Amino acid sequence: MPAASPEIQLRWIKRVKPVAFTACLIPAALLIWRAATDTLGAEPIETITFTTGDWTLRMLMITLAITPLRQLTGWHALIRLRRMFGLYAFFYALLHFTTYIVLDQFFAWQFILEDIAERLYILVGFTAFVLLIPLAATSTNRMLQRLGGKRWQRLHRLTYAVPILGVLHFLWLVKADITEPAIYALVLSILLGYRIVRYRRRRASQAVAGVPKRATP
Amino acid sequence: MLIRRPADTIPSEITNYEVFRRRRQLIKGGAAAALGLAATGLFALTPEASAKLKFDQLKKSRFNAKESLTPYKDVTSYNNFYEFSTDKEGPAQLAEDFKSRPWSIEVAGEIKKPKVYDVDELIKRFPLEERIYRLRCVEAWSMVVPWVGFALGDFIKTLEPNSRAKYVEFETLHDPKRMPGQRRGLFGSVLDWPYREGLRIDEAIHPLTILAVGVYGEELPGQNGAPIRLVVPWKYGFKSIKSIVKINFVEQPPVNTWQVQAPHEYGFYANVNPKVSHPRWSQARERRIGEFFKRPTLMFNGYAEQVAHLYQGMDLSKNF
Ligand code: HEM
Repeated sequence: MPAASPEIQLRWIKRVKPVAFTACLIPAALLIWRAATDTLGAEPIETITFTTGDWTLRMLMITLAITPLRQLTGWHALIRLRRMFGLYAFFYALLHFTTYIVLDQFFAWQFILEDIAERLYILVGFTAFVLLIPLAATSTNRMLQRLGGKRWQRLHRLTYAVPILGVLHFLWLVKADITEPAIYALVLSILLGYRIVRYRRRRASQAVAGVPKRATP
Repeated sequence: MLIRRPADTIPSEITNYEVFRRRRQLIKGGAAAALGLAATGLFALTPEASAKLKFDQLKKSRFNAKESLTPYKDVTSYNNFYEFSTDKEGPAQLAEDFKSRPWSIEVAGEIKKPKVYDVDELIKRFPLEERIYRLRCVEAWSMVVPWVGFALGDFIKTLEPNSRAKYVEFETLHDPKRMPGQRRGLFGSVLDWPYREGLRIDEAIHPLTILAVGVYGEELPGQNGAPIRLVVPWKYGFKSIKSIVKINFVEQPPVNTWQVQAPHEYGFYANVNPKVSHPRWSQARERRIGEFFKRPTLMFNGYAEQVAHLYQGMDLSKNF
């Protein structure tokens, strides 16, 4: 099936983008609504922590799914949504982290430091969050130009590390029931596996054609 | 927030235990015989039949925590009961139709006369009292719960354990049809069912240790461990095993479920101890459900005066 023409794709994506932008805000809006109506349950702070953690991970997965979708469907205009999803991942991570620091610990630094030092799942989550900061900070067109395409791209390969750490964080924090983190791990392996397979294939075909190797995953 | 304590309940609201049981029998028998199955559904909708059994004339206890109670709604909607679900809100929904009658408890092992008891037999035999206890979960949250129950020690005395009875082992119902959390999931079973717990015999007969059959003056809802559960207030909540079907007196230390699951994280004793951290949670502080600021956790959950002597000379960081 041939993909739609670039003009049609662009037209559609421009329509979809504001809808997607609003949809991504719904989980946060729902939290505010539930807080206002006192329906966050017996442990509101836990509900907020879990919801924002879940949506960070989901946004990371959606961001990683854009490239495979583009390549498989020929809908290259999807690239215009990728930055938005990536920034939403950062947005929810920031809420998640702030919830932990402010609502859960209320700036009890000695306990926060102890948590990061002694609890691997916190350390791993913290690392994932810290790695997201330079990605968000360099997400503008200006930063892309300033860094130059090559360097920008190398930096943004951290996009692969963050969800891996995020899934580990989830896997290590559950007590017994690993179903949910395991599902994320499966989705993540498909998204990363796709890239590995594609990279290998391209290298193989380049080798056959006698093209010099280039490091483009 | 004003919390109505059972003492304030108007007598007319209270259904006497015997009357309640008889009424249930009557409804069951009458409906089945005269009106057929359709009517059972109708009767089940009448408030009398669905109303929770209330316990009146509770004996006052000398062990009540003088703290404000965690609201009934939170006590019955925020539960760790993996037999139903690993979410906190899941058990309340999934246990809604849990049938806790008929219910028998097998009592076996190193006692004079092993026997199978009906839960109602035990409820009638021991005077029920209200015990307002702090409940501290290993996940660093806590509640204050008005249990209804009787001292496990009073029951044990009647069983005449012999000198080989050094430990008491408890088992939860294992019935995946009624407890959906016990069904195998995508990655096998969540825990090694049936859920098991154990106490040293001196812990079991300590006057603070109770078998609870109610909460807030009413019978236990399914999610809180209906119809009968253990409550050991100086230990992390997972020791207080729910929906008990077996009590076994043994010579060797029993292995509890969480210890099997993660031996370096959960021990046999599981005494509340702010100085010994769990790998996942600092135990120095806890969040009382309904409060914003965490509060410091007390040694033995504030029951040190009553129980510290049980562990004299033991290294509590090793025996966690
Ligand atoms: C990109 C970074 C992160 C991702 C993707 C992430 C994701 C998650 C997820 C999916 C959950 C579980 C939600 C559930 O059970 O439904 C969670 C829980 C949690 N996260 Fe994160 N997280 C991240 C960073 C952090 C950071 C920086 C901290 C704190 C320093 C943190 C602290 C926590 C805590 C305390 C919990 C709850 C644990 C519990 O109550 O057992 N996370 N996170």
